[in-house]
Amino acid sequence: MTNDMINIVVEVMPHFEGYAYPNEATQQPLWGVLIVLYPYITGLVAGAFIMASLVRVFNVKALEPVYRLSLLTAFAFLLCAPLPLLFHLGHPERCFEVMMTPHLTSPMAIFGFVYAWYLMAVLLLELWFDYRRDFVAWSESTPGFQGMLYRLFTVGVTDDSEAAGQLDHKIGHILSVVGIPSAFLLHGYVGFIFGSVKANPWWGNVLMPIIFIMSAMVSGIALCVFNYMVLSWIRRKTVDMKCLDVMGMYLFYALVVDAAIEALDWIHRIYSAEEGFQVMQYMAQEKLFYTLNLGQVACGTLVPLVLLGLLQLIRRRVPELQRRRMYFSSAMLILIGVLAMRWNVVIGGQLFSKSLRGVMGYKMEFAGLEGWLMGAVLLCLPFITLTVMVKLFLSERLPTSGHIPHREDGPPALSPAKP
Amino acid sequence: MKNPLSRRSVIGRISAVVAGVLAAPAAKAAKAVTQKLLVSADAPKDYDPTKHKWLMAIDANRCIGCGLCAEACKKENRVPEGPYFRTWVERYIITKPKPGSGAARGETLVDCPNGGINGYPEAPVLKEEIQHSFFVPKLCNLCQHSPCVQVCPVGATFDAPDGAVLIDPKYCIGCGFCIQACPYGCRFLSPVTKTAEKCTLCYHRITRGLKPACVEVCPTQARIFGDLKNPKPDDPLERFYRDNLVVTLKPHLGTEPRLLYAGIDKEVR
Repeated sequence: MTNDMINIVVEVMPHFEGYAYPNEATQQPLWGVLIVLYPYITGLVAGAFIMASLVRVFNVKALEPVYRLSLLTAFAFLLCAPLPLLFHLGHPERCFEVMMTPHLTSPMAIFGFVYAWYLMAVLLLELWFDYRRDFVAWSESTPGFQGMLYRLFTVGVTDDSEAAGQLDHKIGHILSVVGIPSAFLLHGYVGFIFGSVKANPWWGNVLMPIIFIMSAMVSGIALCVFNYMVLSWIRRKTVDMKCLDVMGMYLFYALVVDAAIEALDWIHRIYSAEEGFQVMQYMAQEKLFYTLNLGQVACGTLVPLVLLGLLQLIRRRVPELQRRRMYFSSAMLILIGVLAMRWNVVIGGQLFSKSLRGVMGYKMEFAGLEGWLMGAVLLCLPFITLTVMVKLFLSERLPTSGHIPHREDGPPALSPAKP
Repeated sequence: MKNPLSRRSVIGRISAVVAGVLAAPAAKAAKAVTQKLLVSADAPKDYDPTKHKWLMAIDANRCIGCGLCAEACKKENRVPEGPYFRTWVERYIITKPKPGSGAARGETLVDCPNGGINGYPEAPVLKEEIQHSFFVPKLCNLCQHSPCVQVCPVGATFDAPDGAVLIDPKYCIGCGFCIQACPYGCRFLSPVTKTAEKCTLCYHRITRGLKPACVEVCPTQARIFGDLKNPKPDDPLERFYRDNLVVTLKPHLGTEPRLLYAGIDKEVR
């Protein structure tokens, strides 16, 4: 009898403990690593954009050295954001139906609109207005194919007068102001996709959109710190410590709010202990022990909180090299921690049965569509895109207009150098 | 007024264009729903979905766990082999409490190997330790507020006017959101078509006056099927409602299932 039992259990429910609905007993969770990456990448977009708006809208002058870099980061990552979503569809060729015949009660259907709005109306336009006069100058000074590209990017608008520059700046400012709620919308709705699933106690949570927005801001700022330091290192340039300190400060405060909200979420879950709490407790203690407790909480939150918090208190006593190391390691840890958080939400929500009677194991494959390799490629793709963009739009060889986004109270803008 | 481009005429033209742009998707959607129902749902051409209201009910007291319904469903609807089921039968075993534990009941053990098609292994506890044992057939709960329909990004899954919740396989993009949203685990992503699939109440059969396959083969009439708009004399559904107090699954989620159960325990979810 025992043998029969074991055979049946092994054959039918290969990696389940307890009971799961028969349709849930698949080898892989329905939403795998691709859906983990999707909110991660859009979160980085939203966070990097908020970082850029600190300069544009909130006049944080110390952050000017990273203004363009953070905008380009947001743009490069936004271009890659829909790829994991697209690849995971059963019928990718029907993806445009989401925009052509959207079902308006579905949070996923809003994706098309929010994405298009953010890409076309906010980021692309803001970048263009910001770069327009540079494009005019570069198209004249750069020979060959690259020059042609810049000429193409001007879209025929070659007016580089001071008045036109003022107009560019004004429109850019308005776009930035519109961009902040748009960035919140872009990522808040991703949180809502999960938060609205009442069938799943791990996801169905009113705080989910806010948690997603806050963690997006944290990860986006961390990515800007990372990109800025790496770019400076590659170019053998010294990092602007004032800029880095200010970035570290914003990173710290965003992380404090993020950690507070996520802690509140867990306190509420533990205190109210609603249906499904036992299975969630088991998940946190067993199935997600490493990614949740070590990855998300310890590495991704507590250690950076201590490091960055220390720097807020005793910044002047820490030598620059140590400070740089502390900022860099905090940024790295936060980037890993937020990735772990996305994993815990997406995969964690599928590692228990909706009958709340069983849990499931998950071993990620290496080469398949939802495997390690694909995940790594999709995670590298935005960095490759960003490298190309930095070569094209942030090149050291090109003279810039000495970007000063708040021209009203700042020194007058330098006119682009002409050959 | 003489100027052909007066402000009023320009505003009028612009609003006409805007109205046209806004109305086109609505008209298209309405047309699509009608077409979807008639073309994709395997119904005969003269079938009028507004004249029926199909419903199933489960009398768990009668279920003997033979699994014929799950097998018939797999065959009738060409459901893929493996962990893919439009209907299945769960076995519940509630044990007696341990002596002196002070509890009224023991553990609840649930299993459903291969949907119940091949029967069940011997109970993992001794016969003397069992307090209750019963079977619960499961299928689409036919929710009035279906979360699966709500979340579909393209409207490929929809509430038919006759009570069935259907999926247009030519329209489904295979995102899996409906599968995540169904609290009852009634949907799956077909490895063959790469689209979501679920119980259709055997739509191709009921629209031709036949019963769903699972109802047809059930030897104990644990599954009761009928048309609320066209009750037969001594209708089995009416009899079921008259004779039983009924419950739905997971009522706290507010999905308002139309599928009603008689004779199940609080442990069933």
